[in-house]
Amino acid sequence: MRRIRIIPVLTLQNEKLVKTIRFKNPTYIGDPINAVKIFNEKEVDEIVILDITATKEKREPNYAKIEEIASEAFMPFAYGGGITNIHQIEKLFKLGIEKMVLNSILETNMDLVKEAAKIFGSQSIVASIDVKKNVFGKEQAYKISGSTKINLPLVEYIKQIEDAGAGELLINSIDRDGTYQGYDLELIKQVSSSVHIPIIACGGAASIDSFLPAIQHGASAIAAGSMFVYTGSTRGILINYPKQEDLVSKVYKQL
Amino acid sequence: MITIINYNAGNIKSIQNMLKRIGAKSCISGDAKEIEQAEKLILPGVGHFDYGMRNLQESSLIDVLNKKVLLDKTTLLGICLGAQLLGNRSEEGVEAGLGWIDMDVVKFDENKLPKNLKIPHMSWNEIMIKKQSNLLEGLTNESRFYFVHSYRLKCNNENDILATTNSGYEFTSAVEKENIFGVQFHPEKSHKYGMRLLENFVNV
Repeated sequence: MRRIRIIPVLTLQNEKLVKTIRFKNPTYIGDPINAVKIFNEKEVDEIVILDITATKEKREPNYAKIEEIASEAFMPFAYGGGITNIHQIEKLFKLGIEKMVLNSILETNMDLVKEAAKIFGSQSIVASIDVKKNVFGKEQAYKISGSTKINLPLVEYIKQIEDAGAGELLINSIDRDGTYQGYDLELIKQVSSSVHIPIIACGGAASIDSFLPAIQHGASAIAAGSMFVYTGSTRGILINYPKQEDLVSKVYKQL
Repeated sequence: MITIINYNAGNIKSIQNMLKRIGAKSCISGDAKEIEQAEKLILPGVGHFDYGMRNLQESSLIDVLNKKVLLDKTTLLGICLGAQLLGNRSEEGVEAGLGWIDMDVVKFDENKLPKNLKIPHMSWNEIMIKKQSNLLEGLTNESRFYFVHSYRLKCNNENDILATTNSGYEFTSAVEKENIFGVQFHPEKSHKYGMRLLENFVNV
């Protein structure tokens, strides 16, 4: 049986958990530490926490808050938001973060990936790419929480990131974010067939049934936001995670 | 008191966080004199084999560790790279390992893996327990742990194998020889399973 990592992605704004739809309208969910404590009990595979306003506000990662969250995270913990240099990465490692999520810095400073991968290993560097379709249906990468377009064509961009030494790609569909429409399977297929490193698919998950098609289209791991913080598309707040036996029967044993 | 060895090659804080959670006292030290006094030792580690060995050499810790582990028989747990360093050598580099357990560290054979399994092996996985051990008390073959590694342990003496794991093919995921334990996975990031393992280590 092959296990696939199923990863909640939590977005942070001013130390509070929020959830967006198509990267807009952040809605308050709760306290990140409480959420992480609940995710511990649910035995989640891994957790990604993204500070979605750090880069916009041109500030550093909020180390105090991150340390507090990390001290409660007994699962692999990836952090992203506002990371621009190697000293920050080193500092974050010392706080107990295993993986660094780089996004907005990639276009202008791919060398940071190289440098960080050399020191800390590729396995600890996750490149996060936010993707949106343009009016012609063509996929385009974005940075700074989806606000700024990246000039390179998507495939060229991700190949550069792979060459620089990133360990994985977190591919987030802006169009599907918070929509419960299922993953963008074409996007997953396109990206995973262009690079050799593992793809973490994110954006659009509605339920456990969304996972299998994404994996079959090339995702090596699965991430989701709304589905793990809401009870369903009615969006009642409830931190949740599939039961292990359901993941085994509905996902792992189907692979 | 458990001393977590600081040689600038490991995610020390996560280990300390979990020890704190289970109520075990720990300290972090890269100082030979302090390590000399340790009741129990954890050798963490993330990264390249040679980088790990060179850091141990540069921190002048190898003599004191040899004394503690081989003469004083202090209980030691190696985690991830820390487990690999217990062996003779690694295909990853050229440096000699600590040589406390007769094993080599070899790369995963990609030709033997199914196409959809990538290296590094970064995944949760079960263990298959091969011998009875205090370290695995209360854990079963259903217990899951988090792995992230590209190289694996290969014991020359089957008696040293404590557990194996299957990821494409079966490999050694935990070793035990007298007072020395090594785990390829990360107990500090493996929820209640890792907590139990570290509790067992505290109580050994």
